[in-house]
Amino acid sequence: MVGLIISTLHRTIMAGTSLLLGTTGEILTERSGILNLGVEGMMNLGAVAGFMVTYRTGNLLWGVFAALLAGGAAAALHGFITVYVKANQTVSGLALSMLGVGLAGVLGKPFIGHQLPVRLEQIEIPLLGQIPVLGELLFHQDPLFYGGIVLAFASWFFLRYTRTGIRIRSVGENPRASESQGIPVEKFRFLCTVGGGAFAGLAGAHVVLSYSTSWTEGIVAGRGWIVVGLTIFSLWNPLRGMIGAFLFGGIFVTQYVLQPLGVPPNLLAMLPYGATLVVLLLDGLRKDQRSLHAPAALGEPYSR
Amino acid sequence: MQLGPLQLTVRWEVRQKQPPLLSALTLLGALAMGFLWVGLVFFFLGVDPVFALRKIFVGSFGSVYGWKESLTKGIPLFLISSGLCVAYQAKFWNIGAESQLLMGAVCSTWFGLHVGASLSPIVGIPLMFFMGFLGGALWGVIPAILKVRFGVSEVISTLMLNYIAAEFVSYLIVGPWKGTTKYGYPYTDDLPKHLLLGTIPGSRIHYITLFLGIVISIALFILLYRTKFGYEVRVVGESPEAAKYAGIDFFRTSLLIMIISGGVAGMAGVGEVAGIHHHLSYPGNISAGYGFTAVITAWLGRLNPLGSLIAGFFFAGILVGGDAIQISLRLPAATVHIFNGILLFVLLVGNFFLNHRPLLQLHRR
Repeated sequence: MVGLIISTLHRTIMAGTSLLLGTTGEILTERSGILNLGVEGMMNLGAVAGFMVTYRTGNLLWGVFAALLAGGAAAALHGFITVYVKANQTVSGLALSMLGVGLAGVLGKPFIGHQLPVRLEQIEIPLLGQIPVLGELLFHQDPLFYGGIVLAFASWFFLRYTRTGIRIRSVGENPRASESQGIPVEKFRFLCTVGGGAFAGLAGAHVVLSYSTSWTEGIVAGRGWIVVGLTIFSLWNPLRGMIGAFLFGGIFVTQYVLQPLGVPPNLLAMLPYGATLVVLLLDGLRKDQRSLHAPAALGEPYSR
Repeated sequence: MQLGPLQLTVRWEVRQKQPPLLSALTLLGALAMGFLWVGLVFFFLGVDPVFALRKIFVGSFGSVYGWKESLTKGIPLFLISSGLCVAYQAKFWNIGAESQLLMGAVCSTWFGLHVGASLSPIVGIPLMFFMGFLGGALWGVIPAILKVRFGVSEVISTLMLNYIAAEFVSYLIVGPWKGTTKYGYPYTDDLPKHLLLGTIPGSRIHYITLFLGIVISIALFILLYRTKFGYEVRVVGESPEAAKYAGIDFFRTSLLIMIISGGVAGMAGVGEVAGIHHHLSYPGNISAGYGFTAVITAWLGRLNPLGSLIAGFFFAGILVGGDAIQISLRLPAATVHIFNGILLFVLLVGNFFLNHRPLLQLHRR
């Protein structure tokens, strides 16, 4: 029984890692005031790029790098359309999701069923890995998990305490006032969008390089949409995003653990989306003005 | 840009009015650019673009069979996108039509299996459509209430409700609603024969839903442009502040908008169940992403229900042609998403040119 719980928790952390990476990125993007619904597409492109490059070169580092680039490049398209062409962010994000899913489908077709020669192995951290249970869970994971945790903490610190981070948030709250303070709003927003996309690419890379190492169509399987929900669930805070990612990852894994016990997996699968709605609703119920932690200018095009 | 001693700068000025000719030209320009980009992408994917594009249009509009199929796939698009036009004109970004369709399908399936069996078609079929409307409308009203009463962004709530509904349908068909006559397949039982929608012989065109789609598009056009309610919808869309001063009840208008938009999507669900599949099955089978494709057709139709009717037919053709190149070029089903994504992007850029006028200024440095 204890073994089952530990293995479930271990898989929870594996399932949560891609969500964590994606959510950290989307928080960065949305903090600057840009809503990017294209996470599913960017994750798909990151996954296919990571898979193809790793498959061809046998080198995981190149694969991860390609995924970063693919996610960033896809996000640059959204950034260009929404920041400079000032188009509707909802529609542009949807378009990016469609495009990314489509491209990944076509590019990945020849690789269906193929297995990667290498994978991101789990690395045991010396000493810490020896702690009973906890060591097994937290210090026996793949490098992207460690990277994801570090990046989440770093993003939290960056957004909260650094000058650039505070400027990013001010751009998302009140672009006009920020502009008058001499902050280049468009540049900030564009770069945050590209950065967020690189995170999403990394999230896609985790799916193919660690979670599953053979290609199937639709391998990202809606994780990008969970990320969009998680970003809200975490109220735009990377630390809360961390908790949420592993909570949602846990729901993902529990579906399969509880299915033999007669719990319908589809009902469990609803939980992440339902939880996001509940968080929004509870936040809406709060009476104080600052209740919603959403960046005030989120989703609104800005022009001088 | 520098030209010798002169400097050329471009400023984009907001156009107050969009002349119809310019509107048509930007639309055509956007479509041309879209096909150019799709061709380029195909080329870089190693697919002969001319061959692929030809295949798509020969597959859809090049044969009688293609026309019939395009019309069949157009039916849900006509209904959904005309409803989305109403929502989007009020800047209510309903991206949950996919789930509103599904909930319409769920409600009408329940009705058909449990109540409709004892009713004559003349009573049963209209009631089934009404149940579908109700299912979609109730599901659509949730985000409206969440938005107006609790300030919850409708983009996120409709998106989340999409996934909740899809999981719900999957739950029903493998669980409590799983058919007893289906040999273990995850389908409900078939609807009673007399409630199935008739089709034009030799095709899958369920003409009742087609008729409803066209009539509703026209009705919504009249509603939007010839009634006080339509005027209110547009005022809400232009500026919620102005709407408040004009004495427009924001809550009531939002509810009505989503009852219409969700309801007609629900009716599309009835058509898919009673006209095509005859039972409820996996969400991906019931709707081939119609709720999302309709977002594009509503935009392509400039948020005018009649325009979206034409755009819906055109896009249904692309869906059918997409199936054709899947077979002949061995491309995956997702290929058609490339089309959808690119066309949506170029439409957005086209809108920019429609709404902004470039001002070129030459001055001495």
